[in-house]
This record gives sequence, C-alpha cells and structure tokens, in this order.
Amino acid sequence: MGEEMDTEYDVIVLGTGITECILSGLLSVDGKKVLHIDKQDHYGGESASVNLSQLYSQFKKNPIGKDEIESKFGKDRDWNVDLIPKFLMANGELTNILVHTDVTRYVEFKQVSGSYVFKQGKIYKVPATEMEAISSPLMGIFEKRRMKKFLEWISSCKEDEISTHQGLDLDKNTMDEVYYKFGLGNSTKEFIGHAMALWTNDDYLQQPARPSYERVLLYCQSVARYGKSPYLYPLYGLGELPQGFARLSAIYGGTYMLDTPIEKVLYTDNDSENGNFEGVQTKLGTFKAPLVIADPTYFSHKCKSTGQRVIRAICILNHPVPNTGDADSLQIIIPQSQVGRKNDIYIAIVSDAHNVCSKGHYLAIISTIVETEAPHIELEPAFKLLGPIEEKFMGIADLFEPKEDGSKDNIYLSKSYDASSHFESMTDDVKDIYFRVTGHPLVLKKRNDEDAQEE
Amino acid sequence: MSNPITSIKLVLLGEAAVGKSSIVLRFVSNDFSENKEPTIGAAFLTQRVNINDHTVKFEIWDTAGQERFASLAPMYYRNAQAALVVYDVTKPQSFIKARHWVKELHEQASKNIIIALVGNKIDILEDNENERKVAREEAEKLAEEEGLLFFETSAKTGTNISEVFLGIGEKIPLKGLEDEHNNNGLNVTEDQRINLANTANASENASACSC
Repeated sequence: MGEEMDTEYDVIVLGTGITECILSGLLSVDGKKVLHIDKQDHYGGESASVNLSQLYSQFKKNPIGKDEIESKFGKDRDWNVDLIPKFLMANGELTNILVHTDVTRYVEFKQVSGSYVFKQGKIYKVPATEMEAISSPLMGIFEKRRMKKFLEWISSCKEDEISTHQGLDLDKNTMDEVYYKFGLGNSTKEFIGHAMALWTNDDYLQQPARPSYERVLLYCQSVARYGKSPYLYPLYGLGELPQGFARLSAIYGGTYMLDTPIEKVLYTDNDSENGNFEGVQTKLGTFKAPLVIADPTYFSHKCKSTGQRVIRAICILNHPVPNTGDADSLQIIIPQSQVGRKNDIYIAIVSDAHNVCSKGHYLAIISTIVETEAPHIELEPAFKLLGPIEEKFMGIADLFEPKEDGSKDNIYLSKSYDASSHFESMTDDVKDIYFRVTGHPLVLKKRNDEDAQEE
Repeated sequence: MSNPITSIKLVLLGEAAVGKSSIVLRFVSNDFSENKEPTIGAAFLTQRVNINDHTVKFEIWDTAGQERFASLAPMYYRNAQAALVVYDVTKPQSFIKARHWVKELHEQASKNIIIALVGNKIDILEDNENERKVAREEAEKLAEEEGLLFFETSAKTGTNISEVFLGIGEKIPLKGLEDEHNNNGLNVTEDQRINLANTANASENASACSC
C-alpha cells in the first residue's frame, strides 16, 4: 500500500497459533513493539478453526467440491472446525488470562454441558461434587462415602494449617498413598486420576501427590463455577482465541502481516549455526528485532520430536451422541485400562449450539497418543460410542519441542499442542516463554481501560 | 421509564489514513486532532444516540491497523450490524479500496448488515474544489448499486458526522433484532452463555474450593 513501514522492532513473532498470539498480546500490552507474521493467509496456525472446504483439502486426497459439500452439510461458512480439540477449564489459567486482558470482550463462551467417563462399555457422568458422588452409579454405597471423604479433604486442605492435611504430605506422599489412606478402590482411582485430574496415563500414581491434588482441585473449582461441567468453549470455535489475542496485540500497537512467508532468517555474522537471531526477510521487506518467538514449524531444525505422536479424528455426526441426554456439548474420557492401552482416549463433542457447524450437526473430535502401528484401529472404542458417522477426517501429528531454551540464540520456540483435553499445558508454555523472554514472571494486571465507561 | 436500548456492533473499514479514527473521535468526543497517532489500547468505543423513543448504543470497532497488510480477522466482521466504509475524497486509490471493502463485507459479514459509504475530508475542498479526486456522482452510483447509505463528511469540521450515525440508527430494525439473529441460523440461546468478565471478581474472592 506504499506507506512507510518500520523495520526495527522489539520482538518478532512468527506464527499466529494461540501460544504466539497470547505472547504477542501480553508483550504489546507491556509496551513492546511487536511485529507478528504468519506464512499462512489466516490466523491460528495449528490452532485455527477451518471451514469444510479447507478441511477437505487438508485431509482428503481427492476433496469433493464446494457444491457437493454444501448439498451434504449446509453452508460452508457455517463451519468452524477445530484442528486441535481442547476445552477451557472454567477456573484455569487461560480463563484467567482472558479476563485480565479483556479479550473476553471479543469472544463469547458457553458452558460445555457434560463430562463423561467410559467404564465397562458404558459412559457415566463424572461426579465432581459431594452431592454428585453420592448419587453416581459409578460407585457402590461404601465407596461413595470414601469418595465423599476424599473430596472433603481436597476442598478443606489448606497449605498452612497442618491439621487440614490429615497426616498427608503432598510433597512426600505419592498419590497412590493418598488413595490408600482414603481406602479408594481401583475404579474410583481411575476416574479421579483420569477424568478429574485428567492424567493421560498412570505414571502419576507413584509421583508426589501435589500436582494431582492441584488438578483435582482445579477440576472441582471449575465445575463449581458454572455447574454442569468444568469446561467452557468459545462460540465460533477455538480459532476465535488467537484472533482475540491478535486484536489485543494490535490495539496496543502490534503490527500484523498474514500470508507473508519467511524467505530468510538473518543471523549475526551470517552464521546460521552459531549466530544470534537478527531479523527476517519477507516479500514486504527486511525486519529486525533482538529476539524472535515462533512455533516449531518456523525453525524445525531447532526442534526435536518428543517421541510422541497424536492421532486425531474429526467426525461429523447428524445426531447427538447416544446416552448423553442429547447434550449439545460434552467430553468423554476412555481411561487407558478400560481398553487395554497406556494412554487415555479423549472425545470432545460440540455442535451448532456453538456456531461451529450447520444446524442439526455435531462435531466429535477423538484424540489419543499413538501406541501401535495401526493407530486408526486404536480409536475403534471411541467410534463405537458415537453412532453413525457422516464423515471422518483423520490425521497424525508428531509433537515437537525446542532443543534449547533460546538464551543462546534469542530464538524462543513454543511446543506443539499436546494430546491433553484442555489448555493448561499451553498456558504453562506461554508463562515459561514469557519468563525466558522478559526475565520476570508473568503477573496479570487488570487493563487500565479508558473506554470501559459504559459496560 | 427509560428508553429501550439497542446495542449495535459497528465496524470501520477503509484504507489507512482516510480518517476512520477521526470520524469516531468526532462522533464520540466531538473532538479532532490534526496528526492523530493510530489508536492505542481501545478495545472499542461506545456512544449512545436517541432515535425517536429508542436509544441506540454503538459499539464502534476500530481496525487497530490490522487492515494494513490485509490481516483483518474474521472475528472483526462477526455479528457486525453496521459498517462504515470510509475513503478520502482527495485520494482515488482509497475509493478503489472502498469498493473492495464493500465486496468483502457482502461476502464475510452477516446478510443484513447496514453499510454506510463515507467520503471524508471534504473540508479540503472548501479551499480548492480541484482537490476533489472522487466525484460525488461516482460514489452515489456505487451506493445505489450496492444498497449503501452515502455521506460526504469532514471529521475536522464535524460536517455530516452525526448524520452518518443517525442515518444508520434509523435503519436498524430496533425491536426485531433478536428474531433476525435466529433467522440468520445463529441459533444462540442467551441463557447458556457465560460472561467471564462479570464473574472475575467472584473467583478472585473465593479462597477455598466450594465443592
């Protein structure tokens, strides 16, 4: 457009996934001059929500045309399909960041209607309150009392009042020892560990109890906040979240360039092996900054595989999921031991009630960590729960993480989005990168807003 | 009894430096600043106007500069009920861009969006009519073809600014708004929505888990 353009910035951010967009927003609010670039022509990267045409062309070798899509599934533009399925914990850190940055002004949320767990071929609602525990068919009468005692301990435990710890040391006792103290049986352990603490495997049993305690507490507090489930979901899909934080960054002066591939990364002394980051060369010019934040796809040689691969299957249904009381949204967890696996299988279900698909449709996204040579067969127990499936899109993603922490070359890289069902590990990554980049921990302050006069 | 209030999301579109923010500043604060820096830190501005027995509350979204490199997010158009497409009457390129934005709105925004085409900076013409590079007739023709409201304004002097917003306010279907939502296939039930911001304090005060 021929305007003059600044070429020097405090930070260059590459990729508009949610991790990068939150960091871009936070740093702009801090007064940093941010240039945010994406090689793709839309916001969100891996965490985008796409329409059906995009979905078909991304996942199918011979995608059907738009007319055929629309005759089958209604208007293409009514669809906003997440590529990475996750929900927000109502009391989790992402919710906290959204509230403190006022990004809640751009994104509307709905409660997810239910949280279910699979047991011996059936699905059950996860009890998260003492009342629900008492009425749950998941447990026998004596087990219910023990569960009630456990939940009372979770809610009354206070760090500085030793008497509330009931003789347990969160940093010394393992979670298995905590279960033993309350006399909880294997199937109760299973839903506490997998459906409430949301661990994807059983490694946590032999580890100190604190992280598990904190996770169960987060689950209970999240349920207590709105009632039906611990989860929230944004209208129009998760892709709204990166867009909202990008707007936050922009209103604090951040500059946005989509559809701008990186032609070359510039290093000090032209040394791409040992040099520091210096800038990027693009079709719009050369831009410099003392540091860069990027997703793994921009610096694949500086990332390594975590050794884990995630399989995700996006399923279109034209009916609610059976045995869920026609819920418009829910999560189902299939604990590993129920289906002879090492890792849990998650199913996230949303529907037209969230403006992510055309009327009468439901989207179910199944995900798990790949364990065998035939990963699609690993998802069979999940497909069985869904009833007839209109269309299926399957993909396998390697999970990457940076080899180094960025202190040497000023290149700060995010991790791939993992298999967990919520955003807590993503916000941990955000806070970690924020700390490494700024040298101080992230402290969320309420924005001082001039235009809030009329709300 | 106070007037019923209808909230309207209004988005601004147009090439950089045509005066989008100045128009809003004039409308909201009746103010103008000659070398205005791009807006920093405002999520959106609000202003109320009374139309007959109704109060219309405009929530005005600025592009925040994201239009510069074709990087406006779909979120920006989402549920917008009105749009101002602004060009500079002394810059023909900005009018070409305005045509582009009108097309973009028809594709991206909701079907019933009310669009006003606004030719700004007419104060420059008072001294020298030769400065005009976009003919009034040409803009009127575009407005007629596309079903747009049309105004020529000056944010600097205030000419026609409030008329733009009153004009939009009069075209907004005040009472039928909720029904329209449903007709669009949006199908949103108000009761299940969560207002995170309103509950922020509650969660901060809650020290212990209530389960």
